[in-house]
Amino acid sequence: MDSREQMNIVIVGHVDHGKSTVIGRLLADTGSLPEGKLESVKEYCKKNARPFEYAFLLDALKDEQAQGITIDTARCFFKTEKRDYIIIDAPGHIEFLKNMVTGASRAEAALLVIDAKEGIQENSKRHGYIVSMLGIRQVVVLVNKMDLIHFDKEVYQSIVTEFHEFLQKIHIEPLDFIPISAFNGDNIVNKSPNTPWYEGPTVLEQLDGFVNTKENRELPFRMPVQDIYKFTEEGDNRRIVAGTVLSGAIRIGDEVVFLPSNKRSVINSIEGFNVAPRNTAYADEAIGVTLTTQIYIRPGELMVKASEKQPSVSSRFRANIFWVGKASFVKNKNYKLKIGTMRIGVKLIEIHRIIDAAELNMDTFKDQVERHDVAECILETTKPIAFDVVSEISLTGRFVIVDNYEISGGGIILEQLPDADSSLHKHVREREFLWEKSFISPEQREAAYGHKAKFIVITSGSEGKEKEIQEIGRQLEEKLFQMKYKVYYLGVSSILYGLASESTVSYENREEHIRQIGELARILTDSGQIFITTVFNLDDYEAEKLKLLNQPNDIIVVNVGETPFNKFVPDANIGPDGAVEAVCDLLKRQEIILEYYI
Amino acid sequence: MNHLDKLEAQSIYILREAYREFKNICMLWSIGKDSTVLLWLARKAFFGHVPIPLIHIDTHYKIPEMIKYRDELALKWKLTMIYGENRHALEQKKTFPDGNVDRLTCCQLLKTEALKNTLSGKWKRYILDHETGKYVPDTSQTKYTGVIVGVRADEEGSRSKERYFSPRDKENDWDIGDQPPEFWNQFKTDFAPGTHIRIHPLLDWTELNIWEYIERENIPITSLYFDRGDGKRYRSLGCYPCTFPVESTAKNVREIIEELKSGKFAHIAERSGRAQDKDDGGGLETLRRGGYM
Repeated sequence: MDSREQMNIVIVGHVDHGKSTVIGRLLADTGSLPEGKLESVKEYCKKNARPFEYAFLLDALKDEQAQGITIDTARCFFKTEKRDYIIIDAPGHIEFLKNMVTGASRAEAALLVIDAKEGIQENSKRHGYIVSMLGIRQVVVLVNKMDLIHFDKEVYQSIVTEFHEFLQKIHIEPLDFIPISAFNGDNIVNKSPNTPWYEGPTVLEQLDGFVNTKENRELPFRMPVQDIYKFTEEGDNRRIVAGTVLSGAIRIGDEVVFLPSNKRSVINSIEGFNVAPRNTAYADEAIGVTLTTQIYIRPGELMVKASEKQPSVSSRFRANIFWVGKASFVKNKNYKLKIGTMRIGVKLIEIHRIIDAAELNMDTFKDQVERHDVAECILETTKPIAFDVVSEISLTGRFVIVDNYEISGGGIILEQLPDADSSLHKHVREREFLWEKSFISPEQREAAYGHKAKFIVITSGSEGKEKEIQEIGRQLEEKLFQMKYKVYYLGVSSILYGLASESTVSYENREEHIRQIGELARILTDSGQIFITTVFNLDDYEAEKLKLLNQPNDIIVVNVGETPFNKFVPDANIGPDGAVEAVCDLLKRQEIILEYYI
Repeated sequence: MNHLDKLEAQSIYILREAYREFKNICMLWSIGKDSTVLLWLARKAFFGHVPIPLIHIDTHYKIPEMIKYRDELALKWKLTMIYGENRHALEQKKTFPDGNVDRLTCCQLLKTEALKNTLSGKWKRYILDHETGKYVPDTSQTKYTGVIVGVRADEEGSRSKERYFSPRDKENDWDIGDQPPEFWNQFKTDFAPGTHIRIHPLLDWTELNIWEYIERENIPITSLYFDRGDGKRYRSLGCYPCTFPVESTAKNVREIIEELKSGKFAHIAERSGRAQDKDDGGGLETLRRGGYM
């Protein structure tokens, strides 16, 4: 089996500085073009009375030929003796920054093209900055259109000095600067006689000089859980946790932790189709595992090894972001964060500074992050998430932000911040401060109704118990109602909003519904009622969140069967039989309902 | 990890994202080598199962061996196999070259239109009954809004600009100038109601990769790709009036790989035997903007 190395390279730079021409030239001069392609493009130019340009080879779409700029990222395949390349031609025009980032985020190395005559332009810098943020460490600068400055060594040197200074500021140390003329082919494949003073490699030699980023096997094990499969067809009873290993290695028998839920289990098997049985799986493999115990985890969690360095778990962090959304990134608006396979609500809390990538000036006065801005800011998710700071493991420290269906920004996490004073706490404080007090005190209501107000949440961590706990909720409501208590069971949430289902509901929706229930509970308990609801597979954070949102009123959390919690201690753990009576007993013990009323 | 492992892992990741994010998805199976590799990758992603229905658009101009091969595999691999067609155009002879429309219109009607209306459930669909091995009318009204397609970036210019997850509006239009960003492995998976989405797990594969993978995994492929004694084989499969075999004596997968690497096809585009690509200078692009795969 032939196994050639493959590498993704991105070409970036300011508009019209000649990126497409460099690639067109590379393809043509190395014989990588399909037969007849060069001729057909030349023919097309002749027919349309336009001078032939190498760039046309790539800008295969009609739109682009008309406008003369690359709209999107075109991929082309290219071979040298050493390896196969996918060259990504990223558009240089500012409007297409998102396409440029799309292209660049797939690359292991970058060629940054600068026009020798125009010199360093806005996007030369912006692209440099984004390449640095994306974590591409191998960068080579091609000083193009040397023919226009008559291959002048002095001019070339001044560009090199100026740009080198800028790149250092953003932590990029270019491997090389190469003087070229893509149009004429100087220093692309062959050394040019026009630059006898230049002793470095040609572009082609430089490409082959890049090294493929080392595999991430040495880092701690990280696997975002993409899905949990149970395909029952033909008696298949495997429950498979599927995902792609980002870093490290995992072996049968390893103890694993799922974050943020903190659930633990042990690897029972590594599954695959049409592969030899194996004990270990490594970084970059798309795998599936079965566990020795039945635990409930949801897609989006991060699977790590118990014995290795743990990632951060927090809902607040400091990050660098770049924004490409049509609408600005603003505070106090709900966005969606996608990190690994987790999707979760996120808010912009604070902007530390806006970095004008073109000039690298710091602008601290802006109150929002506008399109094409790069900013350092503080973000807060609706629930803690697991991540690593980029300086440790970059793969689990990067995220995107979705605004109104569109991926509008991307970023890297620089630092974990303490959860302490989350915006939820702040919200509850403000809410309570503004809460209009009634003339009727809770004590008066208690006396009138004959019982205290309470928020009762019934949960379960046992497989298939969704319906059962709903039934318990309904029966409890009926029993208390017959005893003439003011009681209300909210069943719609489980059915309508899918709180009952464990894997199909996204975190984002679930978080929002938990919040709604918490707010509702605050109102209903304030009215003196006993409010009952069921939330299947409630986790530690969600229980704390409900408790917080229901403040200053009281909550009772009852678990039926296997517990879904790690740290949170429910008020009662009961079996399915006699659950209603057990809850009633608990209510009596806590003097919420009184014996003699029964 | 070699390059095929990397490509495989990436495609599996994309398939799993698609399955996780979209309810009404299906996979197009043209019976050709690419979509068959895609089908194989689905079995990899889902541990031997294919939890996604497969849709084939039957133009009735397909080479007969293709249909036979389709049904054999569908039964063997227990696939949810559905086909659709443009009955009206076939009856009215709005076909090429034996009918009364030109080549691109024929493609438009028998493939693009048929696909649109099969996905939406507007036209009759047929589903394979695994008990009898025969097709019966598909009674489900499912509107497929997500379609997994086996296009590759190296096939042709317009395909090189595709995203892994690519939205189309209600008219199936493709706005090439304003495509969603894809940063790292985060794709656009949030959509306004009514959006259709195309998912392209094979975007980074080349023709050579496809054959190398077929060899490695021993994937059953229709024999039309091989020289069966007359010195000709198909390099790309389509409708027989518009797809021409190439001169080649490659009799098996290994020989095809050798031929692609160093032989006569090393520099000849794969779709050079597909006539619709050439008709107006940007034939395939015109077709694709209108919803062609």
